[in-house]
Amino acid sequence: MALVNVKINNIPVQVEEGSTILEAAKAAGIKIPTLCYLKGVNAIGACRVCVCEVKGARSLVAACVYPVNDGMEVFTNTEKVRQSRKTTVELLLSNHNQECTSCVRSGSCELQTLAHELGCDGSKFSGVKTPADEDMSTPYLIRDNSKCVLCRRCSAVCKQYQSVAVIGPNGRGFDTHIGCAFEAKLMDTACVGCGQCIVACPTGALREKEEIDDVLAAIADPTKRVIIGAAPSVRVGLGEEFGMEIGANVEGKMAAAFRRIGFDDIFDVNFTADLTIMEEGTEFLTRFKNKEQLKKEGKYPLITSCSPAWIKFCEHNFPEQLGHLSSCKSPQQMFGAVCKTYYAEKLGMDPKDIVVVSVMPCTAKKFEKGRADQSAAGVPDIDYALTTRELAKMIKRCGILFNELPDEKFDEPLGIFTGAGLIFGVTGGVMEAALRTVYEIVVGKEAPSLDFVAVRGTDGIKEAEYDLNGTKVKVAVASGLANARKLMDDVKAGKSDYDFIEIMSCPGGCVNGGGQPIKTAFERNNYDIKALRAASIYNQDKGMEMRKSHMNPAVQELYKTYFGEPNSHKAHEILHTTYVKRNKF
Amino acid sequence: MSKIKLTTVTFKGTAEQEKQLRAMLNEEKSGAHPSVMAALQKAQAIYSYLPIEVQTIIAEEMGVSLEEVFGVATFYSQFTLNPKGEYAFAVCLGTACYVKGSGEVFDKLCSTLGLGDGETSADGKYSVSATRCVGCCGLAPVMTVNGDVYGKLTAKDVPDIVAKYKQA
Repeated sequence: MALVNVKINNIPVQVEEGSTILEAAKAAGIKIPTLCYLKGVNAIGACRVCVCEVKGARSLVAACVYPVNDGMEVFTNTEKVRQSRKTTVELLLSNHNQECTSCVRSGSCELQTLAHELGCDGSKFSGVKTPADEDMSTPYLIRDNSKCVLCRRCSAVCKQYQSVAVIGPNGRGFDTHIGCAFEAKLMDTACVGCGQCIVACPTGALREKEEIDDVLAAIADPTKRVIIGAAPSVRVGLGEEFGMEIGANVEGKMAAAFRRIGFDDIFDVNFTADLTIMEEGTEFLTRFKNKEQLKKEGKYPLITSCSPAWIKFCEHNFPEQLGHLSSCKSPQQMFGAVCKTYYAEKLGMDPKDIVVVSVMPCTAKKFEKGRADQSAAGVPDIDYALTTRELAKMIKRCGILFNELPDEKFDEPLGIFTGAGLIFGVTGGVMEAALRTVYEIVVGKEAPSLDFVAVRGTDGIKEAEYDLNGTKVKVAVASGLANARKLMDDVKAGKSDYDFIEIMSCPGGCVNGGGQPIKTAFERNNYDIKALRAASIYNQDKGMEMRKSHMNPAVQELYKTYFGEPNSHKAHEILHTTYVKRNKF
Repeated sequence: MSKIKLTTVTFKGTAEQEKQLRAMLNEEKSGAHPSVMAALQKAQAIYSYLPIEVQTIIAEEMGVSLEEVFGVATFYSQFTLNPKGEYAFAVCLGTACYVKGSGEVFDKLCSTLGLGDGETSADGKYSVSATRCVGCCGLAPVMTVNGDVYGKLTAKDVPDIVAKYKQA
């Protein structure tokens, strides 16, 4: 690409032709404020917060979409520019529910930050507000249009990352609002609950349905034994809520915080990630032996079932392909199921008196825990599913100085895990973990390298082929449901020649889930957040002594004393589930 | 809450209409510039309005989500989600009619039928709309019902006119 010379605030800079003013300014060390812009997803020049002066141009231009050309002179910080941005934001505030003191996004709200930085008066313009409604219909998220600024970042990620597109702008002009088709409630649509809209929202218009108070009430109840376990990627996200760098691994501090909050058992969902490999790996090998027959029955290739938003997506969009899904419950659900069966028996307790809390990088987990066929002990496997953000709030509410905590360990036996369980948090991780075990079972010795690098990385679709004693196994890994849809279209058409497919709903996998700490658009535009968090997980895995699920001594003990063997009748009753067909829209 | 008016009228689309719709969509899809907006225009020409049943077929055939179709359908005022009633009541709110009191006529019509602007009764019999100037200002204020024109109205006249169509 050709380079062009431009001047931003008289600073000469050379950038690629076709770059926007926003990008050129960043290269010149200048930050232009934005609101509706989200790199790679939403560049529509709608909000007018990023306006700049261009020498010779008739009016102010939107930096996020205006391309530079050779010799262009741009001014990002003139009186005219500052006044325009300020008025724009004041007009947005005039139609905004300014309950900032109690808003969940106070402190991480991009509108609030802009108002501060631009010196806005929140009550400068008064007048009629657009009538706004609140959608509380789902168990996982709340849409509050009174705080919506119509930036369309939510509908852009819903469509482009996930190809779900259940929310979008309805109506016109002053009556424009984000909603669903025919003003349906979100619960009655094909929304998958991934929460990517929440982490893309600049304000408090989208938030998860919190369960913090319920958890604290359970802890305060002396008749309940309250068990906690966090998903792999929570430990590389949580620290960000306490000012640490992106991807900081706070596993030890997190365990210490659980203990100080008052949980009775500090376990780890990584344990049941290992268990998932035993069940799903065995399921794969069984199907693999029968592949020709199962292909005809629509049950091959096998596809992973850990990601609840993916499951719901498949049920809505590929209802005839549900036979491909592994019948394994997700690690969260296996965690609750094992706690309330095996561990309850060990304790000699009625499962009704056990409360299992999970911490997830995910909002869809709040939906998953309420699904049918997720109650191994006759009571729901999981009682409460918190997001990483909710855990951070709970730690703060309990007066714990997180950054000063010592590193502590999880409790035994359900807090023991291997590196294979840990890497579930990253796209390709379930596949890699399965390969580490499956290779060894089929070939009879450890794989030459436990690092299956071909399935690593943040590409939306990855594929690889492995030789297992002369037998070829072809695998594919997709993250982001728009990518999953591409693989599924082939599966549906009978053209897929893979043996095993891993699908994670969120781009980059759970590390980038909809329940993870919210990053500003500036951070999202300038750092590869999912890659930084993923690197932190791989780094921990590399240093671990146990890196294969079948080597987990607690998993071995569980099979020896309780389940018998993977995919046994008992394992099927407790660790497996079923799916339902749903409508497309 | 929004100003978007959703219909309560039962969909009565015929097999013939669906055949036309699908043929139109096939043509639209294979054209040089497939467009949801053009598909909606042509669909409305077939059905005279755009109920969820029709928009769902458009979404499926055009390969977009129902919300994307609905977003377009509610953006442009040329599209309507409501069928015209068997008896379509229209009150002129043009300048001449308005200064002569058509606002009161309109309000009375709405309260008599229990409908708002742009709405259709659930049985599909009556619909109400406010129109711009209909071009016979000498008769202001004016209301039309299908082809019938009523001029020099006051709010008091409305119940009798409505009753006439209720008996019909």
